[in-house]
Amino acid sequence: MVMAAEPQFHVLAVDDSLFDRKLIERLLQKASCQVTTVDSGYKALEFLGLREGVEINDPDAVSTSPVIHQEVEVNLIITDYCMPSMTGYDLLKEVKESSACKNIPVVIMSSENVPARISRCLEEGAEEFFLKPVRLADLNKLKPHMMKTKLKNQKLEEIETPSKVESGTVAAVVEPESEVEPKQIYLQVVQQEEQTVSNNKRKSVEEGLSTHRSRPRFEGITTAV
Amino acid sequence: MDSLAAQLQMQYRNYILSLYQQGFLDDQFTELKSLQDDGSPDFVAEVLSLFFDDCVKLVGNMARALDQTGTVDFSQVGASVHQLKDSSSSVGAKRVKGLCITFKELCEAKNYEGCVRCLQQVDIEYKTLKAKLLDMFMFEKQIVQAGGIIPQVDIN
Repeated sequence: MVMAAEPQFHVLAVDDSLFDRKLIERLLQKASCQVTTVDSGYKALEFLGLREGVEINDPDAVSTSPVIHQEVEVNLIITDYCMPSMTGYDLLKEVKESSACKNIPVVIMSSENVPARISRCLEEGAEEFFLKPVRLADLNKLKPHMMKTKLKNQKLEEIETPSKVESGTVAAVVEPESEVEPKQIYLQVVQQEEQTVSNNKRKSVEEGLSTHRSRPRFEGITTAV
Repeated sequence: MDSLAAQLQMQYRNYILSLYQQGFLDDQFTELKSLQDDGSPDFVAEVLSLFFDDCVKLVGNMARALDQTGTVDFSQVGASVHQLKDSSSSVGAKRVKGLCITFKELCEAKNYEGCVRCLQQVDIEYKTLKAKLLDMFMFEKQIVQAGGIIPQVDIN
């Protein structure tokens, strides 16, 4: 049995306050995540490759490939709601409307408990809405969400190698002793996708745990981070 | 026999407990302390430093906004109060946060006298807290110098 280290999740944290950025960074580090912090929605979009930076002058880079950080996988975006010029909600919308990034879970933080605001964010596709101050316990709830995306990315990579699935050979090295047929892998992915679609709002932690604890083998695969 | 370190540790414990009992700190401060570890040994000090910088800046903004000859822009005062409320809440500065809540209501009521008084209280309160926390850090330093380790204080 391959005992793998816990996967490294990479979180993009967005907050205009230096104080809050410091806090969320420490919290995420303590939750064993890699963290990148930015101070605005625009910078977040740049990091995700959804918006061209001012310095980038290559016209070919605009729509074909993201300008920077293509290799860096982001497993979660956590953003403050109240920010000048671009709010967390605006950022959420942009992310969910992009084909490249719409599957990245987005979490909104706010110091104000405004029910209308919360439901609007959840309806737009936010995974969770945290009231500040955010606690370590809140972040630990997010691991199933991040795991889901990571697994999905890995599985999609496997499927996207075209002929191998049909020919009957195992598409990617999953686990040396695995006897899973390629078609079964495909079916598992479909199930996972269906589950993701149906649980669009506040996902229960228990659900996430039960789906993914049964597939420990994928923890051994490291995607480029 | 009580070593110096042991005595200091006991005094330190009592001191921390009193800060909580007197309402200077709440469990968010406990959470911050729990985030500090060998990898980030100065985390609490860094965060507090940022917080007190914020206090100076925001209190200054409020004072300027309230000092307008003519009409006072209470929404401007309120915006700074809101920010201070958020950061004091994030740091566990219970009394400062409480004052900010009151202050916010006074801004919404456009109560000029009330705002001016409340601002004075906020000013005193954050400075008091700063002094108390500096004492706390001093204690920690003394304990380490006496060869002891800084005790984890269980608030409950």
